[in-house]
Amino acid sequence: MSESNQEHLQATFDARVAAESRIEPRDWMPDDFRKSVLRQMSQHAHSEVIGMQPEGNWITRAPTLHRKTILMAKVQDEAGHGLYLYSAAETLGTSRDDMIAALHAGKAKYASIFNYPSLTWADIGAIGWLVDGAAIVNQVSLQRTSYGPYARAMVRICKEESFHQRQGYQIMMVLARGSEEQKAMAQDALNRWWWPSLMMFGPHDAESAHSAKSMQWKLKRESNDTLRQRFVDQTIPQAELIGLTVPDPDLKWNEERGAYDFGEIDWEEFMQVISGNGPCNKQRLDHHIAAKENGQWVRDAMAAYEEKRRARREAA
Amino acid sequence: MNDTSKFALALGDDALTMGQRLSEWISHGPFLEEDIALANVALDFMGRARMFLSYAGELEGEGRSEDDLAFLRDTREFTNLLMFELPIGDFGQTIARQYLVDAFEAPYFEALCNSKDETIAAIAAKVVKECRYHLRRSRDWVIRLGDGTEESHQRMQDGIYEMWPYVAELFEMPEYETRLAEQGIAVDRDVLRAGWEKEVMATLAEATLSAPQDGHAIRGGREGVHTEHLGFLLSDLQFMQRAYPGLEW
Ligand SMILES: [Fe+2]
Ligand SMILES: [Fe+2]
Repeated sequence: MSESNQEHLQATFDARVAAESRIEPRDWMPDDFRKSVLRQMSQHAHSEVIGMQPEGNWITRAPTLHRKTILMAKVQDEAGHGLYLYSAAETLGTSRDDMIAALHAGKAKYASIFNYPSLTWADIGAIGWLVDGAAIVNQVSLQRTSYGPYARAMVRICKEESFHQRQGYQIMMVLARGSEEQKAMAQDALNRWWWPSLMMFGPHDAESAHSAKSMQWKLKRESNDTLRQRFVDQTIPQAELIGLTVPDPDLKWNEERGAYDFGEIDWEEFMQVISGNGPCNKQRLDHHIAAKENGQWVRDAMAAYEEKRRARREAA
Repeated sequence: MNDTSKFALALGDDALTMGQRLSEWISHGPFLEEDIALANVALDFMGRARMFLSYAGELEGEGRSEDDLAFLRDTREFTNLLMFELPIGDFGQTIARQYLVDAFEAPYFEALCNSKDETIAAIAAKVVKECRYHLRRSRDWVIRLGDGTEESHQRMQDGIYEMWPYVAELFEMPEYETRLAEQGIAVDRDVLRAGWEKEVMATLAEATLSAPQDGHAIRGGREGVHTEHLGFLLSDLQFMQRAYPGLEW
């Protein structure tokens, strides 16, 4: 490709981004843009799928049949989100199998919050309320991301996420007005999930490795800190409404900013969990690998059967 | 409990144990689409369980809800058929159970749509559509696994063998059910046997699987005499209600 041609393509790409029009799979895009979208989408897809585990952990033990069906439907939705995102990412020419292989090899990441254990029923409430709540803040923002298939997947996913957040909050609400044991269970879950939820938005803007470039490409539309603040501001009144206390002594309303000030995240813990040293990193990955390995004979059988059918059709 | 209440309870227990078992697959399936499909089937069985258990409680008239019936009875009071409570095993075993049950239930619930009990008929009408879809799906899997690779053939065959002793119970009726069948409320299960055999034999043949000989049958579910597996299923299912009795969730 001639240099001027290359420049022309780059200029067209830049102009499209500037004009807020979407980049589509067939459009020319810079290599590092492609890599960046793929990294983000595959990470997002893996998060949906690995996120099924801490919640799936409570499906057989849900306290009522109604709660059980809601939770099953919710976890099933997450599998669906994983599917949308894998297919959106496949438009960039990498297969789902390759993305999963990268996950198993420890090269691709997923949201580190899923490396914490879900210990009590209240954790199911806290996950829906806080983890899905934080995911929504991020995903709403990503509905305007510059890569077309990603943006469309986000629109679809956001429609389902608000139900996820509501069912979680509803669980917490019932617990918070329940017995002393239930209240304590709810407060304990909030204590354990609060800080990891804030970590979901990633490092401070200044320290975020991929942020600046992603913002420039309009792949990322708002900064980590902006999104985190939005989440805090919308969640604190919800906690107060049901009489739960966020485990942050520094939390207070800042009249001047019209927002909550909150304490510093334990970034050392964040780095540890991200780099594989959280309480459940190994368990989550082992679970996913085992499911894949145990299903190998099933997938082989499907392929063999299809092959036989094709051969029979051709022979006929 | 009167006859119809016992009958609704039995169908509710069938659906509940199967739904609970299927739900164990979520996040363990052989691929993501299958996780979603298994969750769908599990949700159908759970929905069915809730309708039948609610109705059983209503007829009993002692104020027991679907949750009281699901979470506060012990093994001997559960009246599901044994096949429904068996562990999920490998995917072949899960599919074997599912297919043998679906092949029974699709025509069974179709017949039950004509029940003289309006509520039973209405539940059956809702359920029968799901059953047809379940049957198409599980039949398809039996064929693909049976006629897939050597390994899948063997696993599918093992699954069928594993389930076969529990098939006889599908066609048996306790006295209360016979009385209900005479009144047009329940369905004579034995009448469905020939059709079931025809369906199953055709599928096994297409799947290149062999049909086991009818031999030793294991039975007792309707009398509350279960396999040892049910106790463990219940200890998971009932954990919260047993650990924190009498609360709202
Ligand atoms: Fe999701
Ligand atoms: Fe969600």
